Amino acid sequence: MSNHVHKDYAGAKLGMWLFLFTEVLLFGGMFVLYSAYFHEYPREFHIGGKQLDVVIGTLNTVVLLLSSFSIAAAITYIQQGKKKLALIYTYLTIGAAFIFLVNKTIEWRAKFHHGIWPDSPHLRELSHGENIFFGLYFLMTGLHALHVIIGMVVLSVMVYFLKKDVINQQDFVKLENAGLYWHIVDLIWIFLFPLFYLVL
Amino acid sequence: MSNSTLSFWEETGNGRTGIMGWLTSTDHKRIGLMYLYILLAMFIVGVFLGLAIRLELIAPGRTIMDAQTYNTVFTLHGVIMIFIVVIPSIPAAIGNLVLPIQLGAEDVAFPRLNLFSWYLYVGGTLLALVSLFTGGGTPDTGWTFYVPFSEFTTTNVSVAVIAVFILGFSSILTGLNFITTIHRLRAPDMTWTKIPLFTWSLYATGWIQVLATPVLGITVLLIFAERVLGVGLFDPNKGGDPILYQHLFWIYSHPAVYIMILPAMGVVSDIIPVFARKPIFGYKTIAFSSLMIAFAGSLVWAHHMFTSGMSDTAVLIFSLLTFIVAIPSAIKVFNWTATLYKGSISVEPPLLYALGFIFLFSVGGLTGLILGSAGTDIHVHDTYFVVSHFHYVIFGGTGFGLFAAMHFWLPKYYGRMYDKTLSKVAFYILFVGFNLLYFPLFIIGLQGMPRRYYDYLPQYQDGHIISTVGSWVLALGLAIMFYNLIKGCLKGEKVNGRNPWGAATLEWTTPTPPPLLNFDREPDTSRKPYDFKGVTPDE
Repeated sequence: MSNHVHKDYAGAKLGMWLFLFTEVLLFGGMFVLYSAYFHEYPREFHIGGKQLDVVIGTLNTVVLLLSSFSIAAAITYIQQGKKKLALIYTYLTIGAAFIFLVNKTIEWRAKFHHGIWPDSPHLRELSHGENIFFGLYFLMTGLHALHVIIGMVVLSVMVYFLKKDVINQQDFVKLENAGLYWHIVDLIWIFLFPLFYLVL
Repeated sequence: MSNSTLSFWEETGNGRTGIMGWLTSTDHKRIGLMYLYILLAMFIVGVFLGLAIRLELIAPGRTIMDAQTYNTVFTLHGVIMIFIVVIPSIPAAIGNLVLPIQLGAEDVAFPRLNLFSWYLYVGGTLLALVSLFTGGGTPDTGWTFYVPFSEFTTTNVSVAVIAVFILGFSSILTGLNFITTIHRLRAPDMTWTKIPLFTWSLYATGWIQVLATPVLGITVLLIFAERVLGVGLFDPNKGGDPILYQHLFWIYSHPAVYIMILPAMGVVSDIIPVFARKPIFGYKTIAFSSLMIAFAGSLVWAHHMFTSGMSDTAVLIFSLLTFIVAIPSAIKVFNWTATLYKGSISVEPPLLYALGFIFLFSVGGLTGLILGSAGTDIHVHDTYFVVSHFHYVIFGGTGFGLFAAMHFWLPKYYGRMYDKTLSKVAFYILFVGFNLLYFPLFIIGLQGMPRRYYDYLPQYQDGHIISTVGSWVLALGLAIMFYNLIKGCLKGEKVNGRNPWGAATLEWTTPTPPPLLNFDREPDTSRKPYDFKGVTPDE
């Protein structure tokens, strides 16, 4: 009885979806703050938004969209039993995440170079609204970048599982759940990108 | 099934014995008991802090501690009691013990995740304790961590909020686990209308845990970020708005009240019919009203902020929504009384504690209406009236619900019975002490005594003296109750048979104590959970 293995594919997926709800709500709190402060400081948000780099933002959006495709492809390949291709596409996803973080670093460093970081002397001289805008910018993209890093760790564990055949053609729900997590990271960025870079 | 005669105490299922058999066990019964031990230990710590607060307030001016110590003591009392004791009390401890068996399942859907949640809970608890002894001293903000004070106080708020974040994560994972278990692991023929009401209440609770707790997560993370980075999102000097903090905080923390109270209602719904020997009145309305409370309770957070500055329209809407939550709660109370009506009642200890719950929760609920109407709320806002109200709901409700649950289910898991006479004595002392402690606070609250104040005017002293004496009576009752329960679990008379109370839910059809995988034969799901025909208590 003790080596009884319990496998419930639908249960595992249900649990993951519930967890994704909590991620949406975690960011939801930040989006509430964004909307409240945007309502209060529309002009300052506009000024702040103009200072963000749309090119890097767009590039990162494309990178994340491609990575969502590549993890979906990895899942399809493992379902077809093509382990090698599944591994390659998981590596590609991790690579895309890495490129995203490199871009993010370049972008943040440019801001630091202009004297803009949380509680910086330059920011304190600017208006309240701009301080709040850049505060939200750093906190929200920072929290998102943290999720990208967590996603990279999760996907690396998946690579390990793929190599050890823990994930295989018959049992691939772990990779599917990791893919779902990666999609939510992508999806949250899809909302962050227009809010900070485009609509203002 | 060769090991089915061994109970979960003897058979660990992971090949380890002794303390490691417990710490690495994914068995839901062991995890439930481990939750119970820690939270009861922390409960006792919280009780002592509460006694210290009451003793300080027995007379105006300094009595036993200085003002700063008083601030840290009531903050600790709040943080420990809310985040470490009450929120996990019934869902994590009793829920883990009972829920899978009530569904006819061998374990929860994600046993390893369940153990991980327990470790998060322990980690969060330890970190909360670390925050007391490190940094600039014990937090002094109150358990609500209100900004801007929490951003600037030199005490160790940063560590405390991370502890709260971790405890919240543990709560989310438990809720997620229970929802999945209820959806996926019900025994064949266990239809939704055959699920015992305790498990139904945990289902509603699970949804609140999953949907509300992340908002608390982000709120406390923001406090941490504010303290470390100084962004100023909640600091008016930097363009931030402290009222937004209050919104975010209560979007979680009001629904959290229902995380505390719904499972206790479920416990009472399971206990009342057993000792009235009648099917519960309005099974479906009770189950549905749990979901109603979970839903409506998520929309009422701003009634904590009537005096913080909101539009009149907003006040009106939140006041109305607050009243609406009273409807499903009242439905339950009426259904419990209707179940008792013309029942053949046997006054055993679990029923006594459940009746205590109904009375105290009703007092707490009705005074909640006074706080929910904007006009009267402005008069009693942040007075001892509020303190009394939420102690009636949370201690009188969840606390007595937990005591009822322990008296009802512990004999099943330990295989031994406590002294029933002594537990009744303990109940009456507890009940008297409770009302002596909290009822005078309603009165001095109405007279204008503000909450959390270190000092007060002499005209409030009579109320404080009665209340402090009440706190000693209450503590005596608690001491007798715990003594009796612990002694009963260790050395009490052995329980004969599987079903000492004559209940009809599935956990009473298993051996006492249950084996590792819960059932020694296929669970019989043909019977409804409150159909007592032909069920008799095993003498």
